[in-house]
Amino acid sequence: MARRFLASCNRGATPYWLTGAFIAAGFVFVYVSPRSIPAFLIFVGGASLAYFLRLKKPARLAFAVVVAVVLVPILGARNIFYLEVIFQIAVFSALALGLNIVVGFSGLLNFGYMAFYAVGAYLWGFFGSQQPFLLHAIPGTVPPGTPFFLAPDWFYLFVFLGIIVAAIVGLILGLPVLRVRGDYLAIITLAFGEIVRQLLNNLDKPLNFTNGPQGITPIQKPTLTPEVVAFFNRIFGPLVGRPVTSSQFYDILFYLIAVLVVILVVIVTFRLDDSGIGRAWTAVREDELAATAMGIPANRLKLSAFAVGASFAGAMGVLFAASRTFVSPESFTFLASVNVLTMVILGGIGSIPGVIIGAVVVTILNLQILQSISLWLAQLRQSDAFIPIINFHWKDLSNQLDPSKYQRLVFGIILVLMMIYRPAGILPAARRKRELKGHDDETTGENNDA
Amino acid sequence: MPEAELILEAAGVVKRFGGLVAVDRMDFRMEKGRIYSIIGPNGAGKTTFFNTISGLYKAEEGRIVFNGVEIQTLTADRITALHVARTFQNIRLFGGMTVIENILVGGYTRLKQNAVQAVLRTRGFMEQEKRAEKRAEELMEYVGLRGVGNELAASLPYGGQRRVEVARALASDPWLLLLDEPTAGMNPAETEDAMHLFRRLRDELGISILLIEHDMNVVMNISERITVMDYGEKIAEGSPAEIAADARVIEAYLGRGAAGEAAGGAAGEAAGGAAGGAVESGDAAV
Repeated sequence: MARRFLASCNRGATPYWLTGAFIAAGFVFVYVSPRSIPAFLIFVGGASLAYFLRLKKPARLAFAVVVAVVLVPILGARNIFYLEVIFQIAVFSALALGLNIVVGFSGLLNFGYMAFYAVGAYLWGFFGSQQPFLLHAIPGTVPPGTPFFLAPDWFYLFVFLGIIVAAIVGLILGLPVLRVRGDYLAIITLAFGEIVRQLLNNLDKPLNFTNGPQGITPIQKPTLTPEVVAFFNRIFGPLVGRPVTSSQFYDILFYLIAVLVVILVVIVTFRLDDSGIGRAWTAVREDELAATAMGIPANRLKLSAFAVGASFAGAMGVLFAASRTFVSPESFTFLASVNVLTMVILGGIGSIPGVIIGAVVVTILNLQILQSISLWLAQLRQSDAFIPIINFHWKDLSNQLDPSKYQRLVFGIILVLMMIYRPAGILPAARRKRELKGHDDETTGENNDA
Repeated sequence: MPEAELILEAAGVVKRFGGLVAVDRMDFRMEKGRIYSIIGPNGAGKTTFFNTISGLYKAEEGRIVFNGVEIQTLTADRITALHVARTFQNIRLFGGMTVIENILVGGYTRLKQNAVQAVLRTRGFMEQEKRAEKRAEELMEYVGLRGVGNELAASLPYGGQRRVEVARALASDPWLLLLDEPTAGMNPAETEDAMHLFRRLRDELGISILLIEHDMNVVMNISERITVMDYGEKIAEGSPAEIAADARVIEAYLGRGAAGEAAGGAAGEAAGGAAGGAVESGDAAV
C-alpha cells in the first residue's frame, strides 16, 4: 500500500512538481505566518522530499540550492528564530555525522563526544578573544583597553585549525582507548568528556586560560562589510519586507557557513564510507578479530575513526564560539554528548541521511515543538477555559506539568518506543547495492535470475 | 624427505593459556604448492596452532618462518599483507555487509589508497576501486557464487557462506591459505565441490593450502601430507597411507586397544571428540 503510493509519487514528472509544490506551499505558509510550527514543518518536509523522491541529480541540487540560498534566508530574515533553528540543525547534523563515524561505522561507543566540540569552541574562544592577554588577570576581570588577540577574520582559518586540533585530540584520546572495547570504552570516553569539561572549568588558575566557569566572552565574529548587507537588502529587501540590519545578517552568514560545513561533512562522510577505509571501519565493527585476520590494522582504523569524527566537531565548535560570542563549560556537559548520541540512534545508526533526520527531529522537538506546547499551556492557564465534562479548569494546571521541563522524559519515551518498534532508527542504514554482472537492476526489487 | 622450497616452517612453537599448554613444541614444515592437513581430536590444539601462524595469538616460544620471513612477532594484519590468508572454523563473515563488500574487505591489504584520495575521488582511487570490484566479482565466480553479490553475507545459506569466506581470503592474494574445517557441516555433494575447488586453487593459482579437517574422506583424498596433533603435540606426520596405518594415531582417535582392530583402514569418519585413553606424550618424530 505504502509502497504503491510511493511508486505513484515517483512516476514521471510527479516528484518534480510534488517537491516544488510542497516547498512553495511551505514557503508561503511560513512567509504569511512566521510563527506557525505546522507551516514550518511543511516547509522542512517539502525540502526533504527533494531527497526522498526520485529526482534527477541536477533537479535535486537545484531544489537544494534554492531552498538553502534563497528561501531560508528570506524566511530567516523575517523571523530570525528560524535561522537559529536551522543553524542548530546544521551544527548538530555535523556533530551527529561525526559521532556516527565513531559509533555507527566503527562501532566504538563514545559518550564524551562533546569534548571535541569544546576543543573547537575554546580554540577560537581563546584566540578569538582578549583571553591571551588576560593570562595573569583575575578571572572575570578585563583591564580597560585590552585589545583582541587576533583580527576577526582569522576565524576562517580557525575553522580549519579546529578540524586539525580536534583530530589530534581525537588521536590522543584514541591511543589509550584502543585496548578496551564495549562498555569499558563507553566509560572511558564518558570520563574523557568530563575531564575536558573540568579542565575548562578549572584552567583559570594558575594561568587564566579559560576564565573558569564564567566562560570566555566576547569572542569575535568575522567581519561583515556593509556592502554585503546592502547587497542582500537590495535583492531580497522587497521580499523580506524590511531592511535587514547587519547584526541580523550575521545570523544569515553563520547559517550559510554552517550549511556549507555540513555539506562538506556529508560529502566527506559519504566518500569515506564508500572506500576501503569505510569498508574496513564496518568490518572492524562487525568482527574485529576477523577483520584483523583479513589484513585490516584495526587499531589504526579505530584511531582514524576517532580523528575524523572529532574533526567535524572541531570545525563546528569554532563556528559555535563565533556565533555565540561566548563559550562556557556549561555547553559541553555529558547530557549534551548524550543528546548527540540520541540523534544518531534515533535517526538510524550508521545511516548518513538517517543521522541528519535525527538531528532535525531532535532539534525541532527541542527548540520548537515542546517549547510551543509549553507556551500554549501557559496561555490556557491564563484563560478561563476548562475541560467540560470533568470540569477541569486549565488555570489549576500545575506549573510542574510544563512540557519543556519534560524534554528528557519525552525523549526517553520516544527512545524507548523507537528501540522497541524500530531499533534501527527512523531511516535505517542500508548497504550500497553495486551494479554487478549477473544481477538484475536494483529497481526491479526482486531477484529473478535470468 | 626431499628438501623442496619451504613456504612455512614452524620450530618449537609453544602457546599456553594459563596452565594449559595448547600447543607444545610444535615443529612443522610445509613445502610450496602442496596441500597439507592437520588432524587430531577436538581440543588437540589445531586451531590454536592456526591462530599462532596467522598472528591472532602470539607464540610464547619458537619460530614461525613464512617464505623466508620470521612472522611470529608480527600482528595478524601484517601477516596477511605477507600473503597468508585464512578462514575460520565457525564462519566469521561480516554479516551486516554484502557479499561483495566482504570480499572487498579481504582485498584491503592490496589497496593503495588513503583517506585524502578517497575524499577527493582521484582518478587513481576510482580506477583502483573499479579494479577491486571487478576482482571481487571474478573471485565470486571462481568459488561458484552467482548473483548474490548484493545480498547480506549473513543471509546466505551455510555452504554459500563458506564460499564467501574462501573468496574473501583469496581477495588478499594469498600464497598460503589456511582453511579451518572448511567442509564442516556440508553435505557430501558440497564437500565434493569444495575439494574440487581446493585442488583448483592449488593447481591454477599455485596457492599452498593447509587445512584442519575432521572429515577423513577429505583428509585422505586431498592432502599430500598429514600432521596429527593430540594434546598440543605433534604425534605423527606422513603421507595419508602412513597416517592411516599409524598405531599412535588410531589410539589417539579411538582409544587404547583399538589400534589392533582398526589398523589399515582409512578410518572413515573420525568420531569427533573420541580421544579416550591418554596417549603417553612422548616426542613423535617421524
